[in-house]
Amino acid sequence: MGLKSFLKDTLVSKELDEQLDRIEKPVGSLGYDPWGFNKDTSKIVFSLFDSVYKKYFRVKTNGVENVPAKGPVLIVGNHSGQLPIDGTLIAYAVANREKSPRYPRAMIERFFPTVPFLGNFLNQLGAVLGDPTNCARMLENNEAVIVFPEGVRGSGKLYKDRYQLQRFGSGFVHLAMKHNTPIIPVGVVGCEETIPAIANVKPLAKLLGVPYVPIALPVVLPAKVILSFGKPIYFENEELTEEQITRRVEKVKNSINGLIAKGLEERQGVFE
Amino acid sequence: MTATPTPSPKKQRSPKKTVLITGAAGALSQQVINRLRGKYQIVAVDFRELTFHSDDIPSYKIDFTKRVFEDLFKTYSFDSVIHLGRISSSEETRLRRYNANVIGTQKLLDLSHKYGISNVIVLSTYHVYGASPYNPALIDETAPLKAAELTMDLVDSVELENLANIYLWRYPDLNITILRPCNIVGPGVKNTMSRLLSHNYSPALMGFSPIMQFIHIDDMADAIELAHKKSKRGVYNVAPSDWISYQEALDYCDCTAVPIPSIPPSVPRLITRLISLKMFPSYLVNYFKYPVVINGKAFEEKFGFKPKRPLKEIFRYYREIKN
Repeated sequence: MGLKSFLKDTLVSKELDEQLDRIEKPVGSLGYDPWGFNKDTSKIVFSLFDSVYKKYFRVKTNGVENVPAKGPVLIVGNHSGQLPIDGTLIAYAVANREKSPRYPRAMIERFFPTVPFLGNFLNQLGAVLGDPTNCARMLENNEAVIVFPEGVRGSGKLYKDRYQLQRFGSGFVHLAMKHNTPIIPVGVVGCEETIPAIANVKPLAKLLGVPYVPIALPVVLPAKVILSFGKPIYFENEELTEEQITRRVEKVKNSINGLIAKGLEERQGVFE
Repeated sequence: MTATPTPSPKKQRSPKKTVLITGAAGALSQQVINRLRGKYQIVAVDFRELTFHSDDIPSYKIDFTKRVFEDLFKTYSFDSVIHLGRISSSEETRLRRYNANVIGTQKLLDLSHKYGISNVIVLSTYHVYGASPYNPALIDETAPLKAAELTMDLVDSVELENLANIYLWRYPDLNITILRPCNIVGPGVKNTMSRLLSHNYSPALMGFSPIMQFIHIDDMADAIELAHKKSKRGVYNVAPSDWISYQEALDYCDCTAVPIPSIPPSVPRLITRLISLKMFPSYLVNYFKYPVVINGKAFEEKFGFKPKRPLKEIFRYYREIKN
C-alpha cells in the first residue's frame, strides 16, 4: 500500500531490487504467498538489514556456495541468541551471494506466531512455522529451507551454555530422506553473544504464553558473526528404526560442531 | 409464495429436474437461484424468513426440524438438494444455531435419503479447521477439524460437517458434496468478514494480521453451480490461490483498523465480549490472530473451477460502497 510503496521507493536500492528480483518466488496478485511472505516487505527489510549484516555484525561467510543453486535443500544450523537473528543472517547470506542467489525460508519455533508483531513480521520475510507439513510443502516446491533442530532449547539457552548443542529433533532427517533432499550443515558463531542471557524467568514466560523470558541487556550486542556452510550431506531414503535415524541426526550434529569449532578458531575476538 | 407447502395426493412433476435450495433468503442462495433458474425447476426454502424470487419459484418459510418440512418432499419430486441454509457463527444463539444447522441438516439428509435424491450439496465453512498458531498453510481436506477445541460456539459448524460426512459414506447414493469455502464476500453478503470490510473502522488485534483468503460471492455461486452440475461426491475446500493479510485487506477497502490489545490472550476475548460487536464476535478472535489458509486445488482440478474475480475487484466494491 502507500507507506510500503514509499518505503520501498525510498530505501531499496536499484541493485538490491534487481538482486532480489533475480530470485523467483511465486506470489499472489497482491504480493503475498500462502505462508505470508511479502516481496516488498522483504526488500525493504533487506535494504535496512544490509548495514546490520555488513557493518553491525560484520558477517563473514565460508562455503556459502555449498548451498545448491536449485532444488530442495535443508540448511541446518545451531540456534542461539534469544531472537531469530541467526536465521535472518543465513537467509541474507544466501540471498545476497553473487552466484545463484536463493531466498531460503526459515522454519521458526512454534511460539513465534503467538508473539504480536514479530510473528507476522517474520512471516512477511519468508519465515514459516516449523511444522513438518509446512516443511514438506516447501521442499515439494523446491525451496531452500533453514531448520534449527534444537528449537527453543537452542535459542533460549543461557550464556553459560553457549556453543553447546542441545538435543536435536529428528524430523529434518525424516524429511530429507523422504524428499531426497541434501542437508547443508551451518555453524553459526557470534549470535550466542548478541543477547547473552543469565537467567530465564519461567513464571513470567508461562503467564505470557512464551517459552522463555530471558534476563539480558535490552540491547543486541554487535558481536562478529561467522557463518560456515558445510558440504552437502545426503541420506538414502530407506526404512530405518528411530535409533538408526538418531545416528544420522548425530552425523549432522557432529558436522555442525566441527563448523562451529572452525568458526571459533577463526574468530579473533567476540567483537573484533 | 407460501409459508407452508400443501401436500397433494400426486407429486408435482415438472418437465425440468427439480432442485430444493435452502437458505433462500441469503445473498448466496439468490445468486445460485439466478444461475439455475431456467435450467431447473427451483423450490426455495428458508427457516428465517419468507422470500419472493419470482412467480415460477415456489418459496417457503419452514423450520427444518418440524414435521411439516417433509410435506415439501411429498409435494415435489426433488432430484437434487443444495443446502446453503446455514446460520453463520455470528448469528442467533448457540442453541438455535445447533438446532438449525445440525438437527435441521440431519432431517434434510434423512429426507433426501428417504425420497431417493441423488445429488446433495452442503455448504460448510473453513472455520471448521480452527484457527491455531500451529496451523500449517494450505490446509487440505484431510486435516482434522479442530474448531470445536477452541470454542463451543463453533461446535455446530463441526457437527454439521461430521454429520454430512457420515451420510456421505453411509449413503453413497446421495452423492453428497461438502464445500468448505474461505471468506465469502461481495455484494449482499452479511457475514462477519463482509461486515468488517464494509465499515469505515474495524477492529484488528494489535500486532496480528493473519493471511486470509477471500472469494467473491459470484465465484462461490459459480462453484456451487459446478458442484451441482458435475456431482462428484466428497469434501472440497473452495478458495482462490491468492492471499493477503487481514490488515492490508482493510487498507484496500479504505477501512481503518482499530487496534485491540492482544496479549495476554484472554484480554482480546474479554474486550470483544464486553463490547459485544456482532461483526467481531469473541469466539472468532483467533481467526483474526492466526491464519487458516486452505488449499483449493482439489476442487479446482476435479471440477475445472477457476475464480474469475481478483482480490482487487473484491476490495474495490467495499471501497466504492463507502463513497
